[in-house]
Amino acid sequence: MKYILLTRATQETFSQPPDPAAVAAGRAYGQALFAAGVFVAGAGLGSPDSTSTVSVRDGKRQVHDGPYAETKEFLAGFVVIDVPDLDAALDWAAKNPNASTSVVEVRPLMGSHFAGETRKG
Amino acid sequence: MSEAAASGVIAAIARDSRSRLLAFLAARSGDLAGAEDAFAEAFVSALQRWPADGVPDKPEAWLLQVARHRVIDAARREQVRKNSPLLPETIADEAQTVAAASDPFPDERLKLLFVCAHPAIDAAARTPLMLQVVLGLDAARIAAAFLVAPAAMGQRLVRAKNKIREAAIPFRVPEPPEWSERLSFVLDAIYAAYTTGWESAGDTAATHHALAAEAISLGQTLVRLVPDDPEARGLLALMLHCEARRDARTSATGEFVPLDQQDPRRWSRPLIDEAENHLRLAAARHQLGRYQLEAAIQSLHANRALTGEIDWPAIAQLYEGLVRLSPGIGSRLGRAVALAEAGELAAGWAALEALPAEAIASYQPAWAARAHLLRRLGRTAEACEAYLRAADLAGDAGLRKYLLEQAAAMK
Repeated sequence: MKYILLTRATQETFSQPPDPAAVAAGRAYGQALFAAGVFVAGAGLGSPDSTSTVSVRDGKRQVHDGPYAETKEFLAGFVVIDVPDLDAALDWAAKNPNASTSVVEVRPLMGSHFAGETRKG
Repeated sequence: MSEAAASGVIAAIARDSRSRLLAFLAARSGDLAGAEDAFAEAFVSALQRWPADGVPDKPEAWLLQVARHRVIDAARREQVRKNSPLLPETIADEAQTVAAASDPFPDERLKLLFVCAHPAIDAAARTPLMLQVVLGLDAARIAAAFLVAPAAMGQRLVRAKNKIREAAIPFRVPEPPEWSERLSFVLDAIYAAYTTGWESAGDTAATHHALAAEAISLGQTLVRLVPDDPEARGLLALMLHCEARRDARTSATGEFVPLDQQDPRRWSRPLIDEAENHLRLAAARHQLGRYQLEAAIQSLHANRALTGEIDWPAIAQLYEGLVRLSPGIGSRLGRAVALAEAGELAAGWAALEALPAEAIASYQPAWAARAHLLRRLGRTAEACEAYLRAADLAGDAGLRKYLLEQAAAMK
């Protein structure tokens, strides 16, 4: 069962230079996920300032600067893990360094239409 | 076999074994709603076939076989639709083994209780989910007890079951470090069912009384499943003590009677004895907990039947422990009242005044307690006001009437 763990951060967090301790904690977390054999994919995300939004209406492409909605917190990173069940996913979410400062959202990945393609490849 | 005889057997199995069958299948498929549907169909098949074919040797095993076929069919369809992690063959093999075994199949309802009270389930859905899944109550009845529209309750239950399946909440019994926290969710959900059933003593109380009885039956099931857990026994003792006083809460003319003025001869001795027995067994484990303390407080009240007196200093001490263990408004309020009753009126009043104003602004018991202590302090005008506020906030008609009479007596 695959889950995505989503983390969020405020605009200020993105503007500040990276905190070495936080970077180290993030790296350690990634290594722990990898060592446990549950890591599928993951990355930190660029700042909201670097975000573009795309939509297609009536066949016409529209591109906007910035994230879709102005909110207090922006998507800041994600990890996809493969674990047996929700309890295991929640345990990994609690170990995510962001859980102690912000929140970590845990969502199951639905059976994906990309999955078949991946297996062929 | 006659149709009536067969449907009698089926009704008995539905009553006695449904939740065990459900727990067994759902724990393997991970899909509670799917398992419920499968058993609904299995029971329909039984109603169609048993009158003609006769009741099978092992009727539960027969039902399990039919239901597991439904689940496997559904899982195969699902696997085609998306990459389901489900392994239908595993379920099939295991269900086959169990169906063939001569022993009664394992009771896995504890897993069911833990799933229903999982922290990832909406807190407002946990108690209703337990009542439906473990006791088999229908959504309309649960909705009536919780004063929610049936459609809204139905939706809440469906949403919770979908989450169990889609988020893959595991059917498992947690290990010790997690055990007590997770068990506390189960206990809280059972107690919520009981208090929902307890709060009303008036004429709308029929569904509520039934709900209190269902909560006790959940508590008894839990104690059978975890006989060594002192808090499970503590909760059961607490509910039984309260239940013992149900009749005494209203006078012959239907008036509300507060606990310390109830006639102990109207308390149920068998229920008190059962409560005391559970509390004794719990205390022997030497692991104090919130529900054991609350049950012990009720036990001291019940003691008035023997001694004719209430040991308020002892009650105040138990509340002291309760405040340390679970410092909620309810326990702090109880301590304040107990202190005042134990002769420390000033200390009791100070403890009451120390409660955060915003937390008690619309908390009925706090206003009733406040009125009571103000009266003891001789501040009758303020006591009258507090009684009126308490009456305003009282959900139960009998209690409201009682509080209005107290207010009138202050004038």
